[in-house]
Amino acid sequence: MDLPRYHRLRGAYYRLEGRRCTGCGAVAFPPRPACRGCGGRELEVHALAPRGRVHSFTEMATAPRGFDPPHLMALVELEDGPIIAAQLTDIDPEDIAIGMEVEMVTRRIQEKGPHGYLVYGYKFRPPVPRGEAS
Amino acid sequence: MRDDVFILGVGRTPVGEHWHLGLRELAAAAIFEALDDAGIESVDALYVGNMLSGGVNGQENLATLVADAAGLLPVEAYKVEAACASGGAAVRAATLAVASGAARVALAVGVEKMTDGVGETVAEGLATAADQDFEASHGFSFAGLSALLMRRYMHETGAARDDFAAFSINSHRNAAANGRAMFREAIDRDDFRRSPMVASPICVLDAAPICDGAAAVVVASREVLRSHHRPVRIAASAVATDTIDLGSRADILHLRSAAVSAERCFRHTGFGPDDVDLFEAHDAFTIIAALSLEACGFAPRGEALRFATEERIGLAGDLPMSTFGGLKGRGHPVGASGTYQVAEATLQLRGEAGPNQVAGARRALAQSVGGHGSVAVTHLLEV
Ligand SMILES: [Zn+2]
Repeated sequence: MDLPRYHRLRGAYYRLEGRRCTGCGAVAFPPRPACRGCGGRELEVHALAPRGRVHSFTEMATAPRGFDPPHLMALVELEDGPIIAAQLTDIDPEDIAIGMEVEMVTRRIQEKGPHGYLVYGYKFRPPVPRGEAS
Repeated sequence: MRDDVFILGVGRTPVGEHWHLGLRELAAAAIFEALDDAGIESVDALYVGNMLSGGVNGQENLATLVADAAGLLPVEAYKVEAACASGGAAVRAATLAVASGAARVALAVGVEKMTDGVGETVAEGLATAADQDFEASHGFSFAGLSALLMRRYMHETGAARDDFAAFSINSHRNAAANGRAMFREAIDRDDFRRSPMVASPICVLDAAPICDGAAAVVVASREVLRSHHRPVRIAASAVATDTIDLGSRADILHLRSAAVSAERCFRHTGFGPDDVDLFEAHDAFTIIAALSLEACGFAPRGEALRFATEERIGLAGDLPMSTFGGLKGRGHPVGASGTYQVAEATLQLRGEAGPNQVAGARRALAQSVGGHGSVAVTHLLEV
């Protein structure tokens, strides 16, 4: 991903900013200009609660170029409703289960491009009790 | 559709790793065969289905390249892109051109030249069918996203990994009899079980291969029909879409685009799943074959794996699937696969499928699915 794109996506990547429809209240992530609930076009930025449960997951045998193994990927059903695609981290593959609780953490997603800069954004991990967060 | 549209000719290159052939040669070979099959020399329009020519081959303006290569200049031509369903979308475009009266004869060619790319180039290209900002850029491969569907399906239905083997076994069995298929050998359940993991729970033998190929279909209006033709009618043609990211779908195990496009074909013709004699399914992954069966109404929700026995989906079954080997066995040159399906279904309905023939086939459903169901193109063919 080149820098202009990363810059444009920082709200979503850093703060889980989706959209909330001012008409029907439906929450969407990824953000989109039209509400999928009612078709409304008046949507406001809405940061989603950074918690959810694993809806499905996979361990990819090889990580794509720019990504580190082990490559654990999941759909996470957030408390606010949307299901988000993200990497899992700080967990052994054999400990992952559908339905388990996870929380968002900001990590390096990829190292890429001719300039080799780092792209940071959300990943999910098993909840760490307050005070022990790494 | 306003006017009847008929398929008058089909062409298919062998599918495989064509190290000595490029986009030009592959597309032209399929076009020549289709034109010769139809006994037609010129066409009014050319639609080229392709997904990866920009990213893998560094070549856009592809339809101009193909028109030139096939000696069809100055024909109307442009590329049609709908991810893995591009080859089906090109047939749809040609069908619309003839149905509208804008063209008397139109040519759809699907072409993909994947082996021009090495290493990660092809995998990154395929991942562009997903949401780049919110899936691919987070490290999802195309197989990785399919794995999420398969894992969830197993969770909800209690199915085991082995239960998916029937689709691959069937596709390989049919491919073994198809001289143009990439894989000419049958596989059994042990082969499936031993197959290495790509993205758990998806193994190599769940997934269609990276390869090269081109297929072409000549479609024409009724006035073009001559006595030497063996026309197959395009009874219905439909495209539908769903969210590009998996997570935004109300139910990731319901391929809404596949369901809606099939339903449109059934509603337009008055036929239903029971009236279909064979199903060319998008078996890029075994899980997609299963979800397609359910989306089209051939099997109830959660029942596709129980449905997919050899007695049902084999060439002599109630609903033969992937009769020339499908994407898994014939091969999946991505943007060409949808055109191969229509070409193969046409041969079935003409009774020219040789050892792959489904006895007495009169109606075929061909469904090409892109981006894990974010787009689907469905054609119902009839003789
Ligand atoms: Zn709304």
